[in-house]
Amino acid sequence: MSINEPGKRVAIVAGVRTPFAKAGTTLRSLSAIELGKLAVSELVHRSDVDPAAVDLLAFGTVIPSVLAPNIAREIALMPLFPKGLQAWSVSRACASANQAITDAADQIALGHATIAIAGGAESLSNVPILHSRGFSDALVAASKAKTLAQRVQAFSKIRAKDFIPITPAIAEPTTGETMGQSAEKMAKINGITREEQDRFAWASHHNAQVGTADARLTAEIVPVMLPPAYETAMTSDNGIRADSTLEQLAALKPVFDRRYGTVTAGNASPLTDGGAAVLLVREDTAKSLGMKPVAYIRSYAYAALDPGEQLLQAPVLAAPVALKRAGLTLKDIDLVEMHEAFAAQVLSNLRGFESREWAARAGMSEPMGAVDRDRLNVMGGSVAIGHPFGATGARITTTLMNELARRDGQFGLMTVCAAGGLGFSMVIERA
Amino acid sequence: MTAVTLEVTDGVAVLTLDLPGESVNKFTPSVIEEFRALLTRIESDQAITAAVLISGKPGNFVAGADIDQFLEFRSAQDAQQASALGHAMMHRIEKGRVPVVAAVDGACLGGGLELALACSYRVAAETDKTVFALPEVQLGLIPGAGGTQRLPRRVGLQAALDMILTGKNVRAKKALKLGLIDELVHPAILRDIAIARARDLAAGRIARQQSNRHHGARELLLDDNPIGRAVVLRKARETTTKKSKGHYPALYAALDAVAAGYHAGSEEQGYAEEARLFGEMAMTPVCRELMFLFYATTALKKDPGVTGDAPPPLPVDRIAVIGSGFMGAGIAAVTVMKGIPVRFKDTEAARVAKGIGAIRDVLRDGLTKRRITRQQFEDQVGLVSGTVRYTGFGRVPLVIEAVFEDLEVKQGVLRETESVTSDAAIFATNTSTIPITQIASAARRPERVIGMHFFSPVHRMPLLEVIVTPQVAPEVVTTVVAFGRRIGKTVIVVNDAPGFFVNRILAPYVNEAGLLLDEGVAVDAIDRAMSAFGFPVGPIQLIDEVGLDIAGKSGAIMAEAFGARMRPSEALTKVLAAGRLGRKGKQGFYAYDEAGKREGVDESVYRLFSGGSARVEMPAADIQRRLSLAMVNEAARCLDEGVVRSARDGDVGAVFGIGFPPFRGGPFRHVDATGVSEVVRQLEELDARHAGGRFSPAPVLREMATKNARFYSTDGRME
Repeated sequence: MSINEPGKRVAIVAGVRTPFAKAGTTLRSLSAIELGKLAVSELVHRSDVDPAAVDLLAFGTVIPSVLAPNIAREIALMPLFPKGLQAWSVSRACASANQAITDAADQIALGHATIAIAGGAESLSNVPILHSRGFSDALVAASKAKTLAQRVQAFSKIRAKDFIPITPAIAEPTTGETMGQSAEKMAKINGITREEQDRFAWASHHNAQVGTADARLTAEIVPVMLPPAYETAMTSDNGIRADSTLEQLAALKPVFDRRYGTVTAGNASPLTDGGAAVLLVREDTAKSLGMKPVAYIRSYAYAALDPGEQLLQAPVLAAPVALKRAGLTLKDIDLVEMHEAFAAQVLSNLRGFESREWAARAGMSEPMGAVDRDRLNVMGGSVAIGHPFGATGARITTTLMNELARRDGQFGLMTVCAAGGLGFSMVIERA
Repeated sequence: MTAVTLEVTDGVAVLTLDLPGESVNKFTPSVIEEFRALLTRIESDQAITAAVLISGKPGNFVAGADIDQFLEFRSAQDAQQASALGHAMMHRIEKGRVPVVAAVDGACLGGGLELALACSYRVAAETDKTVFALPEVQLGLIPGAGGTQRLPRRVGLQAALDMILTGKNVRAKKALKLGLIDELVHPAILRDIAIARARDLAAGRIARQQSNRHHGARELLLDDNPIGRAVVLRKARETTTKKSKGHYPALYAALDAVAAGYHAGSEEQGYAEEARLFGEMAMTPVCRELMFLFYATTALKKDPGVTGDAPPPLPVDRIAVIGSGFMGAGIAAVTVMKGIPVRFKDTEAARVAKGIGAIRDVLRDGLTKRRITRQQFEDQVGLVSGTVRYTGFGRVPLVIEAVFEDLEVKQGVLRETESVTSDAAIFATNTSTIPITQIASAARRPERVIGMHFFSPVHRMPLLEVIVTPQVAPEVVTTVVAFGRRIGKTVIVVNDAPGFFVNRILAPYVNEAGLLLDEGVAVDAIDRAMSAFGFPVGPIQLIDEVGLDIAGKSGAIMAEAFGARMRPSEALTKVLAAGRLGRKGKQGFYAYDEAGKREGVDESVYRLFSGGSARVEMPAADIQRRLSLAMVNEAARCLDEGVVRSARDGDVGAVFGIGFPPFRGGPFRHVDATGVSEVVRQLEELDARHAGGRFSPAPVLREMATKNARFYSTDGRME
């Protein structure tokens, strides 16, 4: 059984996403489930797939709704689909959509499915706010109380500090280090300067702006009709700054280390709301249904390292393995898409690709090599477009395959770094 | 053929109703006969201590009396006697030795509800299909098997009148709240619980006909004492007159019957009064016409839309709607209400957004009225997918275009659509004025092009005109007709001709109103006369509502097509030229306040007319004759020319499309009721006095007059 057996390869037929909006802005009233539904519904309509023929739906999200934790099943229960569409949700931090895609691809490769929908969504405008431990203990005790006296007693143990709600922090549970602190640390270890980072961020915005202006990016976006008035539609991402200059970026204060730091709001990805999905179909099924695949999944790899070391450096361990599994080297790759959590992280990853030491850690005798910057994130990345944790993997997959087709390239490589010291990489081949 | 089966277990007789060969249970004379025989058996068998009545049909308890038998009544006595027989049977169920429990799963209507009311106890299944209603007034009748007597006793006067005078459906949960039923259970245990309750009744553990209705302050004040009831009845009579304008005698008969239940010396006298009034109503022309409309719409539901061999309709599992305006949004809304996905396209995302907002507004109505849950609302909304490109059209079997009324724009959309859809896809154009054949002339596949004329607002107006061209493929017609029916419309198929049918017969009617203004008749005199004739709004008010621009445009098209007899009136032309648009412009023949509320005739409008503000008196009967005959005569021309396939389609179209008074049955029924010779005589008289030959009787009317023929056979039954 191989993912590359002719006729049984996994084709990516279409990809759609919502516009990405900075958290607390245009899409704030939509939940992750609603964003996911918008992307999946449009995917079904655009691809002309028969909804009844879809075998499974896998979806990623990082901060699930407490009330509806299986986002995939909620989306599958849209009336567009028969109620028998089985669905599950996955979480692999910022690579959650990638996990959904590889899960679905695995199911197709195993022969368990022929048509699958995979993607992810996140609403960082709608994170659950939790009660403190003390307060929730009191609530649980009160709910079990049988008399008024017991109920009053349950609340008598509450202290003032117990009233402070808890919001999920983007920090590593094991190390207590926030993402930003980790990026800051990586910049220092790998010698990434502030200027390098700002230049990279500027390029991200610039490329995203060009991609939006010439409609390559917006072609992947479903217009979202905006509640409550429905007077307007959101048709493109709202985090891309067409007018940003290097001077403006240089003027920003570092956030995580005010004295010696280099990571700013300008060279990091913003908190974002959005959803994205792709349609995966077994090669022979696509052919018999007259569908036109855009790309095939050639290989993928996951990796992990100690989160206390360099939290976002694991793509360096995953990418060489994905390439090896694909039977390719970096020279065969026409386009590279890397998730940009931070400019510092991308630049650290790029240095790692060229490093003998990191190659050895990945089990390779030679480094993967230097990525040609002209082939990297040619329509910008998460720094400009935004990063709804659960959705980003599906966005990158869609952009990579569409641009590969436009440029008439053959192979595309993508990497995604994720919390917990996780990394992902995939190689796709143009259909 | 047995419709009722009896099964006895441990002293409880279970009677299962299952009328062979029918989808619903109905009371026919033979069912009633069977029932009586079984009741006799049960009552004489001392081993039987209680009984349960249950239906063998999923989703239906009893839909009521088989109304075919009503057509057999030759006199009020016949009908009164039928009612008395019903009373006797209900009396046996109510007072007999053996207590009877009704186990209701599904529709419990008319005679079915009267049966349940006569039972000692009512258990219902908690499903969406379980509804209770007394719809008799909708057929011009009153409940005739004790409904006007037992329902008020069961649920109180106010709740009973609400059901009896409207015929509306009451859902299971509401029925429990009203005390109409005694218990609501899961359908899986309905039978078992009914049997258990039958045993309880037999053992005296629960009393027969125990009242469980709610007695709040309002009920104590208004339902439970004679003074309160007098107030309620008087108020109901006033409301009825206001709403029905006195055209529907059954409403008053129902009120009289209910009142008799309280005032008559004995229970028997109350039932006797109900029977007498039922008999009286069964003979009224209103009842005859409402029954006709019922049969006509029922027949239309089975009409495939083509004559001869009808190809089966193609499956429509999704549609596309192009044009996100008010019509497009309405069409999309009624489609997703039925669970069918809609690809919703316009040229700009902001327009699509507005359209989706309009769709949500229509759907939210269901949420506000609690017809649907929040989840169902979200699901319906989720079935609409907005787009500004022709993506997602590849597998769409039916595209409905509802863009701007402009031939070139529509042809452009047609060409674009054909390039992205499959060869089998149907292109339906929603237009009220443009000939379908002209639009189809731009098509590569004109046999897949058809007209769908929806009426505005789409979610409220029940009619759909499907317009066929000479080239259209029969399966396109059957598919579109079946789809129209699926989205809840009454569908008539008409041939492609200017104005199709509905607007065609409306044009001379509205125009005649304008000509009356030219002659110096007052705006409100015309509207009052036609409203009294039975139209929901008068013609001038209608122009204001539709918009003078639209009325003017369609008037011009009709004048061009039909010449002198549809020449527009000076009044309409001048008011339109003065820039008045009607309600939407807050200025028309009527005045409107800031909020757009109509305030009465805008006297300044008369200054625009050559006659000025000096208005002449004209008897309402003359106004009514001229306007109604203008419409009737045009309808007859349409039948002559084959625009409508039958008088039935024409009558249904006029009633459901224009609001032609339902109690008159429609223009063709109106001719039959008046007598075709009399209609021709009146038309000739008008023709002699008015220009343009517009009252010259349609050839079909002249021909029928010579033979004293009718459009329908006399017994009122639809073949």
